[in-house]
Amino acid sequence: MFDFFRFFGKEESKSKNIAKERLKLVLIHDRANVSPMFLDTIKEDMIKVISSYIEFDADEMDVRITKVQDGENDYTSTLVANIPIKRMKKIGKNDR
Amino acid sequence: MGEVYVITSGKGGVGKTTTTANIGAALAMEGKKVVLMDADIGLRNLDVVLGLENRIVYDIVDVVEGTCRLKQALVRDKRFEGLYLLPAAQTRDKDAISPKQMQDLCKELKELYDYILIDCPAGIEQGFKNAIVGANKAIIVTIPEVSAVRDADRIIGLLASHGMPYPDLLINRLRIDMVKRGDMMNVEDTIDILGIDLIGVVPDDENIVVSTNRGEPAVANSNSLAGKAYRNVAKRVMGEEVPLLDLGAGNTFVGRLKRLFGIAGN
Repeated sequence: MFDFFRFFGKEESKSKNIAKERLKLVLIHDRANVSPMFLDTIKEDMIKVISSYIEFDADEMDVRITKVQDGENDYTSTLVANIPIKRMKKIGKNDR
Repeated sequence: MGEVYVITSGKGGVGKTTTTANIGAALAMEGKKVVLMDADIGLRNLDVVLGLENRIVYDIVDVVEGTCRLKQALVRDKRFEGLYLLPAAQTRDKDAISPKQMQDLCKELKELYDYILIDCPAGIEQGFKNAIVGANKAIIVTIPEVSAVRDADRIIGLLASHGMPYPDLLINRLRIDMVKRGDMMNVEDTIDILGIDLIGVVPDDENIVVSTNRGEPAVANSNSLAGKAYRNVAKRVMGEEVPLLDLGAGNTFVGRLKRLFGIAGN
């Protein structure tokens, strides 16, 4: 969001530059070729692995591909998972 | 052996049908034998844009179902020697034709004609898949707006995954006044984002609405700038090197366009 404040300079505030910059960002996501199904598959597998260690609400879990700014005009696609933790499982004690 | 072009865009309303009609008519004016195929089954429009709506007897579904022979369904355009329309069916749905039937139809047509231009429906569903399956080349139509360019990018990706990695780009409805003000992405911006070769730039032109009202392709109107741009696109389709129209945006701008297009011998 804050990236757009860069464009309030004279030349850069022209609407075509805003359009171009917004397009570049959205296309990074589009081109990462992620279908909701693909993300769901990753999410399910993550749930399987993580639930042995952590107690969490799967409905609150958020998995997405996003762009992370890395340098002035460079963006990298990044897989981000937000998993709010309810409780850490006491693995040592519960082990047989 | 003819060439089969699909004219596609992803987004609707950017001028696929107008582009198909005009490039087709211009190719016929150059002496080529051309079939314009309307692949938008259920929402046919190429017939009205061409002004041939009253001459349709059979349609593309009749051909693939064997109700008539291919030549019986082709509507000959009396104004343009060598131009034919293969109309879409209006009362059927996209599944009335299978990809295999489409492929066979294209194969048969390219034996008989120089160019087959397929007017692709908007969207990326079955109608799109049918429209591209028989084509060996693609022209992506876009307008310099975020939604259209985004959809064009998606189409470029889909074409690549269907074995067509090098589509050409046609930028439609460019408004030079807005480009000069910096309120519309210019040709360079659009190419920069999409990263494919440019086959033409068609300026926004009221004549297009007028000629569509009349059912006469704008390429026949020597006063239409868009018509002239489409005639140039047709020449490029034929392999000629034609410089981009000077749309009055100043020499440096045009100079850069020409360089981008690989002309002007820099």
